[in-house]
This record gives sequence, structure tokens and C-alpha cells, in this order.
Amino acid sequence: MKGDANTTYDDAAPAPITVDLQLSVNDQLYPVTVDTRETLLDTLRGRLDLTGAKKGCDHGQCGACTVLVDGRRVVSCLTLTVSVDDRTITTVEGLGSGGALHPLQKAFIDHDALQCGFCTPGQLCSAAGVLAEAAAGWPSLVTPRSPPGAGPEAAGCSHDPAAPPHDPAARALPDGPPEPVRLGEEEIRERMSGNLCRCGAYPGIVAAIAEVAR
Amino acid sequence: MTVTGSRHVGSALDRVDAVEKVTGRARYAYDNAPAGLVHAVPVQATIARGEILEVDVDAILKRPGVVAAIWHGNAPRLPSADEELAVLQSRRVAYRGQYVAVVVAETLEDARNAARLLRVEYAAEEHDVELRADHPRMYRPERVNAGYATDTEDGDPDAALASAPVVVDAVYSTPAEHNNPMEPHATIAEWDGDGLTVHEPTQGASSLRASLGSLFGMPPAHVRVVSPYVGGGFGAKLKILPHVVIAALAAKQVGRPVKLAVTRRQMFAVTGYRTPTIQRVRLGAEAGGRLVAITHDVYEQTSIVAEFAEQAAVPSRMMYAAPHRRTTHRLVRLDVPTPSYMRGPGETPGMFALESAMDELAIACGVDPVELRVRNEPETDPESGLPFSSRNLVACLREGARRFGWAGRDPEPGVRRGGRLLVGTGVAASTYPAYRAPSSASARAEPDGRFTVRLAAADIGTGARTILAQIAADTLRTSPGLVVVELGDSALPSAVVAGGSMGSASWGTAVVRACEALRDRLEAAGGAVPPGGLEATADTTQEVRAQEPFARHAFGAQFAEVGVDADTGETRVLRLLGVFAAGRILNPTTARSQFIGGMTMGLSMALLEESIMDREFGDYLNHDLAQYHIAGCADVRDVQAFWVEEDDSHLNPMGSKGIGEIGIVGTAAAIANAVHHATGVRIRDLPIRMDKLVR
Repeated sequence: MKGDANTTYDDAAPAPITVDLQLSVNDQLYPVTVDTRETLLDTLRGRLDLTGAKKGCDHGQCGACTVLVDGRRVVSCLTLTVSVDDRTITTVEGLGSGGALHPLQKAFIDHDALQCGFCTPGQLCSAAGVLAEAAAGWPSLVTPRSPPGAGPEAAGCSHDPAAPPHDPAARALPDGPPEPVRLGEEEIRERMSGNLCRCGAYPGIVAAIAEVAR
Repeated sequence: MTVTGSRHVGSALDRVDAVEKVTGRARYAYDNAPAGLVHAVPVQATIARGEILEVDVDAILKRPGVVAAIWHGNAPRLPSADEELAVLQSRRVAYRGQYVAVVVAETLEDARNAARLLRVEYAAEEHDVELRADHPRMYRPERVNAGYATDTEDGDPDAALASAPVVVDAVYSTPAEHNNPMEPHATIAEWDGDGLTVHEPTQGASSLRASLGSLFGMPPAHVRVVSPYVGGGFGAKLKILPHVVIAALAAKQVGRPVKLAVTRRQMFAVTGYRTPTIQRVRLGAEAGGRLVAITHDVYEQTSIVAEFAEQAAVPSRMMYAAPHRRTTHRLVRLDVPTPSYMRGPGETPGMFALESAMDELAIACGVDPVELRVRNEPETDPESGLPFSSRNLVACLREGARRFGWAGRDPEPGVRRGGRLLVGTGVAASTYPAYRAPSSASARAEPDGRFTVRLAAADIGTGARTILAQIAADTLRTSPGLVVVELGDSALPSAVVAGGSMGSASWGTAVVRACEALRDRLEAAGGAVPPGGLEATADTTQEVRAQEPFARHAFGAQFAEVGVDADTGETRVLRLLGVFAAGRILNPTTARSQFIGGMTMGLSMALLEESIMDREFGDYLNHDLAQYHIAGCADVRDVQAFWVEEDDSHLNPMGSKGIGEIGIVGTAAAIANAVHHATGVRIRDLPIRMDKLVR
């Protein structure tokens, strides 16, 4: 093994490239200059001092960095900042409005849906995303095939590998808007499984989201 | 002992830092960014044993943004350090993943890129990373963790086993498991003249300060550790780790504040883990299940650079009334990362073995598993002969059986079907010692009617801030809303670590005594608080040392119902119910979360967690959260925790026992026992994977 290097990369790596862009975060515009290698998570935390979103794994495996981009949840550790300069970003700091807590934030406190609190910002953003996805009729793995009588082809259920995973139209009634998904406990557990919590606050998290979903 | 009034202690006060946490305002160590900071990215060894020949520092210093590249060849020397902490002080490599260099750069991106490109040349040697009970280098450590004797023997266990009508003799094993708190370790180190300030998520600011002081050869007063919020620890943040030393060294070298974040993948080699265990348990019993002998022999690994001996056989010394007992612990030093504390060290793997064996004994004797444990309840601590300060295992078993619906259970394994599922139930006992250690605290009355309580305790998610406010409020006869608890800073009165489930008992005692002293001062001042406030302090060293001899332990009983897919072997925990006897419960909300959290980690241990050692390369293969599985939301269905009233005046002013660890103890055995009941297959090596069930 003599002579092994830590890497096989050669020395010809290019110098850093920076880009000027405008980020819209929590209803504020931030002009920033970012390294093109920079992730949204590092930009939020390092340049905008929005440290609510956390770096739990840096590989999109734990969900602690979850934020909303145009209302959809993304793992900000796998999102390059240069890719979101014309999008609307919401972090945990922007969930509430006018100094008041978001109903999810209040429900998390009421159900003690947190312990160390490190995964909590990601859980909350993810939960906000879940509420929106369910309202828009997006199915999950455990969503019953519906609407009744529409047949499995129309349901877009992810048991069918050929179906697009997040196609609300697939659950639409003929000529109608998508039917909202009822967020029961099983549905919440399934949809929240991208957000790990090592303290084991899951029962409280599920109860909190279920309360807000009602 | 004085016992505080109970206006607030025992009430379900919301977590006092919950708003900070749900709004993202709570500042964890890594969230700090002092002016002028640079980023450090450590480089880890790619061999498991050998020597570093050369590190190509010159090439890397020419890269954009790089400020420094440090290795043994150019690192500042440390006055003294144990081998694990002597980072960059030697050419030797003791395990794959050990830090061999660190790159410091202006931005994280530059530092990461440079660290990735740094060329390190090694002379590799043959490594040995495989734990085997018959390893020729097995040795007997001096002591095992928490200061327990390595081996014990009472009576004549061999003769008792030879003549016992019923014998269970089985080997159980648990894999290496990694703590994986959601917050990875991270350090911000900043020197100011001779002083060092460190932002670090730690379970013990006072002890980290002491460690850093001795490591850098300076008085503890020159070190400050700031750690107001800690994103979980589970033992991984109990003691000083090498990355803290690297960050401090690098900051000294470059003369600027340094931020070093250990990545999730790096954590698997450098932040501790639970040793794998191989445990032989022998139980000898009369036909009716009364134990006559218990032997428990444990084999574990540790690293070349540090010894950690997990006390896995210790619970077998006090759980059951068997006159003949032997326990042993043996270790082997391998070329592996250093194991350390993980939630319930000792009890957690040890009780998996003992409580699985008890289930096997119940079947062998034809006795109900709940009844078997009741029959073996000791009068006094079998090990020390001391009376128990309180022991309510039987009450937990009875109450749990009632709530769970245990009565009338058919013991026949493998006969209950629910659709595709084979369904079964299991039970196991839990226990954890009720430790207490000296701590100090101050209490201050402000003229506006508010109070401030200060001590270097840690709230790692347990709810310490909340319950200490409740304890202070009762002692001061005020409302918790008027009490501010400041903790997580080594500049505060020295306090013991958040470990060994002893935080509340230790810190709570100090807070009670400080508040009592303040009350006396307030009374002496006629109740009026002068404009400058009034303050009192307390140190519980004398009180804790003078406590009467008792065997102090918390107990619990865990019941599990599982469904095992008859075709695939996929196991799901349908229900988990725990009943605990842990003294007075200080806050039912945070206590329930602690119990459920421990049980959830036990479920995770039973079904998912396993760090797989790569024999060829000598590192843990599955070193991220996509491959090292911890329980996710969908894995955790119906988990419930209850407790029985326990009035124990031999503990501390609150009458409480620690609850941070007992929830994980016994869970895996309850689940494995339920899997046996469901399928007829006895899983003695965790985790309970599909391939072990499909035959």
C-alpha cells in the first residue's frame, strides 16, 4: 500500500467560480455572491445567518436541512444555490407570520414533538410540505387507490412502478381537481419518513401533524 | 433529607426552550460564526494500521484559499495526551479513519476540495479487525466502565449448573452500533492570548474544559466551553474527542478562529460507538423456574490507542436471586476505531442477552415469562447484599401485563396468523442504576422578582432546563416562569456530565441546595431583594459522598407485539409498551418523551442497527444514514410508556431516578422474544434481519 494517496483526483481542479444572484427567502430579497459549488444549506446558514436548517448528514439522507422551494420540500444540502435564484424559499424562520407561531410549530410544542430540537426545523418544513402535498392530492406509497371506481390505472399509486410518483393529475377525478388525501397516522408516518429523529419523538410528531391536518 | 414541595415538580410543564427550537432560533455550536473564521477539514487515514511516510503539504498550500495544512510533520506539539487524543502527534496509524492531517482554508468549499486532494503516503501493515471470542489476544481489563469489577464470582456456579434440573446455555451477540445523534460533532475554536474558547456540543462543559486544560497544559480557567444547545448525544458527546483537539491546534497554528464540522461519514470512525459483544449466558434453574445459577461471560473489542470496556455482564449481578453467580469481561485490542459510551452502556447489550436467556428458560420450564421473573425477585441486592432503596420490578411487570393484555397468552410459538403476518408477543425486564455525582449551582434573586439558576449542566434534549426550573421554583416557592435556568457553559458553576442517567439527580440536588441557601439569605434580608440582587451557591460534594449505602436502581418491564411477514421475514413492531419504576417523575411530558425515545432506540437496535466491519479494509462499511439504518417515522407505530408511583426517600431531594437510559434497556430482548413467539425462531444475534428468519 506504500504510496497510496487519499484520492485519485489530479491537481488540475479549476479555481472556484462565483456567481452573483438574488435569493428570495422568507419574503426577503438577498443579493449574494456564491461559489458555484455552494449548497443552498451552506448559503442559508453561512451567508444569510439563517441557521435553522441543519446539516445532519450532508447527503440528503436525514432531512434535517429540509426547506420549502416554491412550496415544495427539498433537502437543501443537495440543492445548489445557483439553481434556486429565481425561486421562493421558505425556511423554518419564515414559517410563522407576524411574530406568531405557525400552527405546526404550536402543535409540536403541545405534543412535545421534539427533544434535542436539531431535526425539528426540518421536521416542521417537511410537515408544512406534507400538508400542501396532501391538499393537492398527491398520493404516497400508502395512499388508498382512489377515487373509488376509477381503477388502479387512474390512481397513480406508486405500487405501479410505471406511474409518475408525484403526479396529482393521476388522482384527479375525470374533469375535476385532484381529490385531497386524508392525512391519517399511517399516511403521515409514511410521508415523514425522510426526516430522521434520533431522540425518537415520532409519536409526538405524528400527533402534532395529525392535529393540524384535521 | 429535605423533600421539595410539589407544586411544580411533577407537573407537565411545556419544555421551556421549545419556542427557541421550533422557530430555529436555538443556536447549536455549529451555528456560530465568529468574525475572521476559517474552515478546517480533517483528513482520515486510508489504512487500518501502519505509518504515515509523507504528506504533500506544499502542493496543497498552493491551492486557492488554503491557509494551512497540518500533520505530524508540522503540527504544534502537545504537552501530554493519551494516545487517542494525541492527534497529529505521531506517524502511527492505529485505525482506518484516524485523523492524519487537517486542511484549513478560507471557505468550506476550498477546504473540502483541498482535503480531498491532499496526498498522504503510508507504509501499511497487516491489520486485525475481527472480534472473536477465542481471539488469542483476549485479556482481562483492570476494571470495566463506570468503575465496576471486571469479574465476580459467588458460590459455585459450575457445580450448580451441573446439578440444575433445567439449564439454558446460549451465546448472544450484538453488533457494533453507532450513536448517530442528529447533530454531528462540530467545534469552533478561538484563541485569545493564552485563553481558548470552544463552541462544542457536549454532554459536559465542565469536564470538557478540564480535559482541554490538561491537554494544552493550561489552567482550566483559561478554557471556556460554550454549549447551550446540544443536538442529541446518547453518550457520543460525553468526553473529549480528537476533532476538538485538531480544531484547537489548527486555531493556534493559524491564529484565527477555526470551524471544524465532523461529517456524518467521518463520525463512524472518530466519535465512538458501542462495541460489538459476544456473550455466553448460562442459567441453571429448578423445574419451577427458580434460578440456582447465572453465569455471564462477555467478549468485546477496544482499540490500540484506548481501552473502553463495556460493563455488559454487570446487570446479571443484581437482577435475579441466584445463589451461584459468575460474571466476566474480556477485551481484545484490535486495529479498530475506539469504542465508547452509547446509551445504556453495559445494560443495553447485557440485558439483551440476559433477558433473551430468561425467555428461553421460561419456555424450558413451561412457566409464563412474567411469572418467571416474579419468582426470581431478590430480597436484597444479590451482589452487595445491600437493601434496595426501592425495587418495583414486579409492580412494573404486573402493571405492564394488565395494560398490554398479557393474561391468557398462549405460549405456543409460531401459531398465530393475521393475514400474511405471524404475530407474537414478548416481555423483558429493564434496569438502570440510579447514580448521583457532586455538582454545584448558584441561585440568584433579582429585584424584579425573577430568579436565575446557573450551573454547567447540559440539556441534550432531555428537558433538563425545564425540570431544573420546576425544581428551583418549588424550592423558592415561586413559579417556573420566573426562573431562568442558564446551563451549557463551563463558566457556570461546575456540574457533572449528562451521562449515566444522573443529570437530574445530581444537578437537581445542587439546585435545591443553592435555592435553599438563597431562601435563607432572602429570609435574613427580611424578604427584600437589594438593588444588586442576592445570590447563593451550593456544592453537593459532601452530601453525595455521605449518602447512605443502598442498592439504587430503576426498573421497568417492556412488552412487545410483533408481526413477521411469513414469506419475507420482514419484522414490524406493532406495539411496544413499557412500564417503569423510576422514583418520582419530575415532568410527565418530558419523561414520557425520554422513555419513548429510549424504547424507540431499542426498537431500532432490535431490527435495524448494525455497523458492518470490512475485514479487508478495516473500516465500517455502512458509514452513513442511508446504509446504517436508524428507525424512521414509519417504523415506529404504537409506542407507549407508563410508570408506577414510587416513593423512595433514599435518593435525592426530589426522590427521582434517572430515566434517560432505562427506556432502551430490555427493548431489544422484548422484541426478540416476541419474534420467537411469532415464528418459533430464536434470534440470538442482533439485529433481527429478514435473512435470519427466512429458512
